[in-house]
Amino acid sequence: MGLLSSLFQRWRGAAAPGDPRLLPEAQLSGPMPWVIAIMISLTVVAAASGLALRNAARAASADLEGGVTVQIVTAAPSERLRQSGAVLAVLRKAPEVAEVRQVAQEELNTLVEPWLGTRPGDDVEALPIPALIDVRLTGPATGRRLAALRALIAPVAPSARVDAQAGWLAPVFAAIGTLQWLAGGLIALLAFATIAAVLLASRNALGNHRETIEIVHMLGGTDRQIARVFQRSMAFDAAAGGLAGLLLGAVTIALLSRQFAALGSGMVAGAVLRWPDWIVIAAIPLAGVALAVLTARLTVLAALRRML
Amino acid sequence: MSQPDAEIVQFDNVGLRYGTDKEILADISFTLYPGCFYFLTGASGAGKTSLLKLLYLAQRPSRGLIRLFGTDAITLPRERLPGFRRRIGVVFQDFRLVSHLSAFDNVALPLRVAGVSEKDITRPVGEMLDWVGLGDRQHARPATLSGGEQQRVAIARAVIARPDMLVADEPTGNVDPDMALKLLRLFESLNRLGTTVVVATHDVHLIRKVPDSLIMRLDKGRLSDPTGALRYPPRRPAMAGAGAPPPL
Repeated sequence: MGLLSSLFQRWRGAAAPGDPRLLPEAQLSGPMPWVIAIMISLTVVAAASGLALRNAARAASADLEGGVTVQIVTAAPSERLRQSGAVLAVLRKAPEVAEVRQVAQEELNTLVEPWLGTRPGDDVEALPIPALIDVRLTGPATGRRLAALRALIAPVAPSARVDAQAGWLAPVFAAIGTLQWLAGGLIALLAFATIAAVLLASRNALGNHRETIEIVHMLGGTDRQIARVFQRSMAFDAAAGGLAGLLLGAVTIALLSRQFAALGSGMVAGAVLRWPDWIVIAAIPLAGVALAVLTARLTVLAALRRML
Repeated sequence: MSQPDAEIVQFDNVGLRYGTDKEILADISFTLYPGCFYFLTGASGAGKTSLLKLLYLAQRPSRGLIRLFGTDAITLPRERLPGFRRRIGVVFQDFRLVSHLSAFDNVALPLRVAGVSEKDITRPVGEMLDWVGLGDRQHARPATLSGGEQQRVAIARAVIARPDMLVADEPTGNVDPDMALKLLRLFESLNRLGTTVVVATHDVHLIRKVPDSLIMRLDKGRLSDPTGALRYPPRRPAMAGAGAPPPL
């Protein structure tokens, strides 16, 4: 952080009007910028994870919202074929159905291949695999709509099963929700840890400069003047740490994104960060600076109130 | 030396103790008037520094009443203390210069604390440092200055803002006789401009240099009144027929 250090030292040198250089400014070589950099980078990664999970859940939910699967589970192939045709005919006439398609036998074979194998001589088609019909409704697949569909299909295919596709992923959505809460909790813990670190650093700095503070008090300096010096010093440390933390976090996100993208999974593909998410992530160091400055101010003012 | 009626400081039965120890100041009652020059004297350990701390609001008394500039200083809210402190210039016995600031910045500190703009600071601070003979040491840090030089910086810092009252604790203890006299003349100049000066010292020769001064003597934490300074109206040394201060 050598270049940053010299740059910030130059900025520090220019005291604001009415904000006299009462106390020596803390040096960037101290641990505070590094502590804040670590906190910010972890917060950035946690926030990015939470946002990406939310996006993945939303994308999957939007895809599956109106999705319904009809399974014709009759064992006899000819009867299965007949019922499938009849169900397709009924569904194509239904007003709430936007799209309907029978899943081809080749697709079904591919689906079951990992479990049933592909060794020479295997006859997958000899197994009584249910016929699948993929249905898109014009709106979400609510319980009332599913019941209406079942009633519509029952006369032509009494053994057909009608399921909302979103229902199958309910445990996944629940897990994603838990992970999002976990990310939120992690961010809250990191914020508390940052507050604690700033509080300790402020108290330590107060102890180191106690004599100077007493002199400034005796010369008529106010608590607010003294607190401003600490705030300013903390703002510089937090800004330097926040910037470094943001860069570190962004690099980590980029590396993780590349690895997850390589998985090629449909659900993971939805876990991408959009522009509004990047704005939220970019605001994290600013929030960190504000939190550090506010903590330093309150800590210093509280300590000064105990002095005469 | 004129004798205005309104008191600048009033102590009434003031006592001071630290913790549960016995009182180091007891039954202190006196009045200081604007524009007067006071010496506070007494043996080492008599309580001079403690009394001055009460004067410049670095310490609250254990008992008694203190009025400062016409206001009850005991019940003064903490947030109003800075305003009062800016009216008092203090020369600390141990100088108490800010180690990371140059001589110039140390002297400029009371002006900066008071919000004086930088363009109005440079000239008076430079002149003040010239006056105390440190014009060529403006950028020196306290650690590189001799004891006498540090003391002159401390005095320059105390008087730069033209305080209503100057409180000096052994202000000439580390300077040579010529500089001591020069600093005393500076205090007298301020005094003539209306500043009340209180100098704690046990230097008899210094006291004799200001024949128009009033003397308060502390003895084991109690105040005596050799010149009538504690009376109202105070008896001036000349009126008492004492061209020179009485023996201490």
